[in-house]
Amino acid sequence: MGRRVVITGIGVLAPGGIGTKNFWSLLSEGRTATRRISFFDPSPFRSQVAAEADFDPELHGLGPQEIRRMDRAAQFGVVTAREALADSGLDLAGFDPYRAGVTIGSAVGATTGLDNEYRVVSDDGRLDLVDHTYAPNHLYNHFVPSSFAAEVAWATGAEGPATVVSTGCTSGIDSVGHAVELIREGTTDIMITGATDAPISPITMACFDAIKATTSRNDDPEHASRPFDGTRNGFVLGEGSAAFVLEELESAKKRGARIYAEIAGYASRCNAFHMTGLRPDGREMAEAIKVALDEARMNPEQIDYINAHGSGTKQNDRHETAAFKLSLGDHAYRTPVSSIKSMVGHSLGAIGSIEIAASVLAMENNVVPPTANLHTPDPECDLDYVPLTAREHRTDAVLTVGSGFGGFQSAMVLARPERSLA
Amino acid sequence: MTAKVVVTGIGVATPNGLGVDDYWAATRVGRNAIGRVTRFDPEQYPSKLAGEIREFVAEDHLPSRLIPQTDRMTRLALVAADCAFTDAGVRPGDIPEFDMGVVTASTSGGFEFGQNELKKLWSQGSQYVSAYQSFAWFYAVNSGQISIRNGMRGPSGVVVSDQAGGLDAIAQARRQIRKGSKLIFSGGFDASICPWGWVAQIAGGRMTTSEDADRAYLPFDANASGYVPGEGGALLILEDAEAARGRGAENVYGEIAGYGATIDPKPGSGREPGLRRAIEAALADAGLAPGDIDVVFADAAGTPELDRIEAEAISAVFGPGRVPVTAPKTMTGRLYSGAAPVDVVAAFLSMREGLIPPTTNVELSPAYDIDLVTGAARTANVRAALVLARGQGGFNSAVVVRAAD
Amino acid sequence: MSNLEFTLEDLKRILLEGAGADEGVDLDGDILDTDFEELGYESLALLETGGRIEREYGVEFDDDTLAENRTPRALVATVNALLSERVAA
Repeated sequence: MGRRVVITGIGVLAPGGIGTKNFWSLLSEGRTATRRISFFDPSPFRSQVAAEADFDPELHGLGPQEIRRMDRAAQFGVVTAREALADSGLDLAGFDPYRAGVTIGSAVGATTGLDNEYRVVSDDGRLDLVDHTYAPNHLYNHFVPSSFAAEVAWATGAEGPATVVSTGCTSGIDSVGHAVELIREGTTDIMITGATDAPISPITMACFDAIKATTSRNDDPEHASRPFDGTRNGFVLGEGSAAFVLEELESAKKRGARIYAEIAGYASRCNAFHMTGLRPDGREMAEAIKVALDEARMNPEQIDYINAHGSGTKQNDRHETAAFKLSLGDHAYRTPVSSIKSMVGHSLGAIGSIEIAASVLAMENNVVPPTANLHTPDPECDLDYVPLTAREHRTDAVLTVGSGFGGFQSAMVLARPERSLA
Repeated sequence: MTAKVVVTGIGVATPNGLGVDDYWAATRVGRNAIGRVTRFDPEQYPSKLAGEIREFVAEDHLPSRLIPQTDRMTRLALVAADCAFTDAGVRPGDIPEFDMGVVTASTSGGFEFGQNELKKLWSQGSQYVSAYQSFAWFYAVNSGQISIRNGMRGPSGVVVSDQAGGLDAIAQARRQIRKGSKLIFSGGFDASICPWGWVAQIAGGRMTTSEDADRAYLPFDANASGYVPGEGGALLILEDAEAARGRGAENVYGEIAGYGATIDPKPGSGREPGLRRAIEAALADAGLAPGDIDVVFADAAGTPELDRIEAEAISAVFGPGRVPVTAPKTMTGRLYSGAAPVDVVAAFLSMREGLIPPTTNVELSPAYDIDLVTGAARTANVRAALVLARGQGGFNSAVVVRAAD
Repeated sequence: MSNLEFTLEDLKRILLEGAGADEGVDLDGDILDTDFEELGYESLALLETGGRIEREYGVEFDDDTLAENRTPRALVATVNALLSERVAA
């Protein structure tokens, strides 16, 4: 076996749970952070609920210049990257900075900042020839969201390869998968990785309204996100970020690092079918799961918990259920599956990384987080979705998956590193 | 792990040429395609020049079902993908669908599509926003649309690292082939010459305000005053060399032999910029010494500070004036994520013809001790080339390409 | 908008503007009772089409309108029913 990659630091910023500890409390208690949108008046929109983070950038250590030049999503990314680095106990000053890289996932970049700035330069859409004299310098950083990766690199001192990975709603898995590949091939020894998105803005609400992808359950915001429930009718938008410090296993051990989990396998596949639609058979997600398991040299039976994409759209939940059966066989019926989107919403590109964090914390605590709001089973979704309350469950290995617009399907296997030594 | 990865098909669309033949015919003779912006009236803006693709009619190439749901940059990319497939001689069914994937770079996504929908949202109301907005503007759209149109179900990816991203995508594509895929599409396209995109680019502070198309974008010239933006890009078909041979690929342009990337330290740190280190990493990855490189395709930022950094990095690695350097992007403007894939194409075509295309309009400043190919193309035996790309924020990427054996 | 009638021609125009037409499909043929799916319009194309009809004609569809009206004939009839309701109201 070649170089193995482990997680040695975690930072999380999620709705209802800023910081890893608060995040895990929310999940393990099965509380939900969805609410009526407060950032702007949501009444013109079909969907008026979201999972918002109560985030104060000053409180999280950002200076006035950083706050001014960074979109909210970039701010999230920097805060979680710093938290992850502090959590890892790693001081990059002692390393060759070129051996440390950055990959940050984001589906929609600085969409909130762009929406705000567009209103100003266009005078609320009145001007076709928008007015550059009202544009701030940082508009370029919103135009090109690779600025997120640059900010994280500057905040952490990494000077190796840096990029934003933007594969829609699988960005949060793919970004970490990309980072793993760089360490495995020997390009880097340390990666600061993860994902961030802060999409709760009028343009985002409008674009999901237009395809009826988000829920219209506005009368009961706390219970609006209902993955796998028979009454589900769309996802609830969220926001947030999770970041990780990844290291090569042997060097992590050598410095006595706390090792959360090994990233044992990862793969992504396309459906080559439709930009927003899914094939009902779940075959490409199943293919991604199989390849990820192969890479991890694990059998389906070794998976103790599946952290589902579970967005709460009718087509996703069925597609995904089919994919689990196709890839894991009967073991799919014996494995707890849950969707934390029931609690923290769907933060597009960020959620994949937030779900990796949830998966790692499930292993840490041997507790599987629940699928909140699951009261009415859907006969077509017939697996064990851990309804309503968290469950104590020995968890040595987790499969986490994502599915997104563009047809992208990704899967990652996380495991205790001692697993393969046994 | 170290499987050889070759390029077997190319689709290119730049302001000076649609398709490989047109592009090269224009580039080898230094045909300038920079001009005053025509896609909107630029009069009120401080910058007025761009490299526009003037003769592209998407409806001539793509089904009408795709037109309403695509931004210009996606239309260009889809047509380039079709050309690359044809160029590679790959027929549907030749390669299993799960063995083919797409990794593209994007800089700003479908910005013009986004502009139109933002306008509808704020001037008319949220119910006027298109059902296609949710994906037509986002960074992943080209990888998604290319995979759908061409039935590719293997690994996918999208990277955003400003202009450096075009090389990062090619490197990621090579990685996927080394992990077992047989064919990966890679490259990048951007086309944000719309008022909203223009204002965002102006905000970056590096665009020239010159209005003289022949004296506007002058990298390494004492009169460098910034860059001219352009639209377009290239898509390359990368294949495992053995697999390509196995299917009888006839059109092997060359090998993607090495890659290195860094990001500059935080501004004000006083540490050396990362470009030199990226070049050294790419050479080491290719197993080549500086003396093996026959030409460098420069990033050519066109601002004095960034030109100086690049010239110093090249001289530090190769020695002063020891390797020919060129920047044919002086003819097209900077194409963002599309720029470096186009330079990779130019590098392969330089090998084929034994000709280094020129850096047009530029008179080398005595401040730089590089051997810049100015004026006309230079005859040379090119067996290996280095392509450089940098993005705002300090992204540095380098790729080494080598002639096929 | 004061358009009181929604015709097949209106539907065809809006389909073409919002979603184009599949190669091999002749919208000028006898399509009244052909399923939209067979005409090459999947859910996304229908959502775009539906949004355009709603805006242009000032009608409002239910979540299920597009799923339930699977042919041009059904959709045209439904839009006209909504238009006459609006006039009556």
